[in-house]
Amino acid sequence: MGPNGTGKSTLAAVIAGREVFEVTAGDIFYKGKNLQKLSVEERAREGIFLGFQYPVEIPGVSITNFMRTAVNELRKYKGLDPLSGGEFIRMMEEKKKLVEITSDLTNRSVNEGFSGGEKKKNEIFQMAMLDPTLAILDETDSGLDIDALRIVANGVNKLRTKENAFLVITHYQRLLDHIIPDFVHVLFEGRIVKSGGKELAIELEEKGYDWIKNEQEGR
Amino acid sequence: MKDLIKETISKERMVDLFSSFRDTVFSDDSPAISAIREKAIESFSRIGFPTVKLEEWKNTDLKDSFNRLYDYCMMPQSHVDFQKVFQCNIPHLDTAIIGLLNGWYVSKDVPLMELGNGIIMGSLSEARKQYPQLVEKHYGKYADDSKTGLTALNTAFAKDGIFIYVPDNVRSPKPVQMINVIHSDQNLFLQSRNLIILGKNSRLSFVHCDDSYNHQSSFSNIVSEIHLDENAFLDHYKLQNLNNSSTLISSVYFQLERDANIESHYLSLNGGVLRNNINLVFNGPHGNANISGLYLMDRKQHIDNHVFIDHIHPDCSSSELFKGIMDENASGVFNGHVLVRRNAQKTIAYQSNKNILLTDTVKVNSKPFLEIYADDVKCGHGSTTGQLDPESMFYLRQRGISEESARMLLMFAFADQVVTKITIPQLRNRIEDMVKKRLQGELQICEQCVLHCSTPEQPIDFKIDLSKI
Repeated sequence: MGPNGTGKSTLAAVIAGREVFEVTAGDIFYKGKNLQKLSVEERAREGIFLGFQYPVEIPGVSITNFMRTAVNELRKYKGLDPLSGGEFIRMMEEKKKLVEITSDLTNRSVNEGFSGGEKKKNEIFQMAMLDPTLAILDETDSGLDIDALRIVANGVNKLRTKENAFLVITHYQRLLDHIIPDFVHVLFEGRIVKSGGKELAIELEEKGYDWIKNEQEGR
Repeated sequence: MKDLIKETISKERMVDLFSSFRDTVFSDDSPAISAIREKAIESFSRIGFPTVKLEEWKNTDLKDSFNRLYDYCMMPQSHVDFQKVFQCNIPHLDTAIIGLLNGWYVSKDVPLMELGNGIIMGSLSEARKQYPQLVEKHYGKYADDSKTGLTALNTAFAKDGIFIYVPDNVRSPKPVQMINVIHSDQNLFLQSRNLIILGKNSRLSFVHCDDSYNHQSSFSNIVSEIHLDENAFLDHYKLQNLNNSSTLISSVYFQLERDANIESHYLSLNGGVLRNNINLVFNGPHGNANISGLYLMDRKQHIDNHVFIDHIHPDCSSSELFKGIMDENASGVFNGHVLVRRNAQKTIAYQSNKNILLTDTVKVNSKPFLEIYADDVKCGHGSTTGQLDPESMFYLRQRGISEESARMLLMFAFADQVVTKITIPQLRNRIEDMVKKRLQGELQICEQCVLHCSTPEQPIDFKIDLSKI
């Protein structure tokens, strides 16, 4: 959590390897590997998933084709055989249920003409398909109505295991009613300035960020 | 008389050549056709060949194309096995095939067929003899010789080409596919002429393939006149897949009477210099025209799509969508001119040209242009030229897709917006495959000729390796 402009989305993008950012100092290690030596797609195949704040519309690329390419490239990286057409369709149907997608959303172009809620559900659907070990969800709750919020949160909760981790970037405690965090960190001017449990989020909701700002400026 | 004469191309030589043909090649013309020829050569000698000094030609230079030695193929090829030259190997594509070899109609049975439903198709030169009234009612009426030198030259010289007539109220049961093949061990200069007439309430699917089989240079100056009478519908496809030393100037003149409807698709996959002049006149109200184009150019290939739409009458709509993917040192031109005349109220017109440039040595000139004199119209245009969207690239790669695959997915998606408009499913599938192969750099003309076809000399087997797509 943290006020606008403190670098939450930047951090997410840098971990994912977005090329517009240049890392001038420091290293990023994930499971013993230096991520900065890896390309965007290699980081993804190492298990890092970024849920986009503004998912991109890609006319002409069907979700099925997109996901099949992604899943099979991931399997190839892991030394597994590609999924057959039938296996892939079954997997897609199963993951669709998880995110409560009932329409044949999956035959449409990636995010094209989707509502804000559909786009975010589609991000969670892709996450379910790729089964990452670290999912960074960048303001996935923004622009969602109560039902969509519940569906997105349920998706995350169902996918949560001992082996994976979720880094959820949010402005609102509202999401944290549905996804109970193990830790809450507050980012301010590019640094983590406060860490705690879920009660820290509640405290922030009551007091606002001024409290953090004052504390930081007081130093 | 020699049937092959080797020359470079110049105005003076053309005029001389015409004189020498008067009493030989053109001696069996009817008086009406003779008069049209004489008038056309007069126009041509006044206008001449286009140069880059003309606004319409400033980005397409034909100088190099003119400076080669060509044979003027003024006699048909003899001893051609129709079945071997003209076969389309697109699976399950059921079309009536008619073929031109080096500009001359090649007949399977007879030079002109009249089908049970009254549809006539075959050789234009034969149609001039058998149906002079029908031909002369339309021939030379839509192509404008007075303004365009190359069109006038074609009218002056053209001997043969395709003739199709669909009578009133007749729907062609299957698509007609015209295969226009260039195959010679000489450089050829060709000027064939096509005339397609659709009667009232008629319907036709017409697939027009331009292909070459070898690496010889060729210069094709082809004119087609297509007339759609009231409430006729034409689904038109133009597939261009020529070798890299071929020049093709294709001028199509569409005239639509009231309530007529056309879908036209230009798919340019290969060629040295390709110029499509697409002229469309709404000669009555409530007409509709959708024209789309896809071009995939690389090396030093050049593509130029010139579209002119003349809205004379009210309540007509036209839309243009031309998309190109340009690689290496390719160059491209889009020039869309929509003229909405004073009387053409309630016109709807839209133009769009989008280009993806894959290298910084590619050049594209895009000029969508609306000229409007009516005050109650809905018109718009747009043009974008740029690289693949970096946001989309990042999105795809973040899901683990390699950079190369992501590029392919995006390019194919870009092209697919045009391909998806193809309504003949077998043709659409084949074009999708060809686009994929073309984008992967696997499609080389002549080494693996694409659309169809094997020749006696060069058996060609085209296989699609789906595992690579």
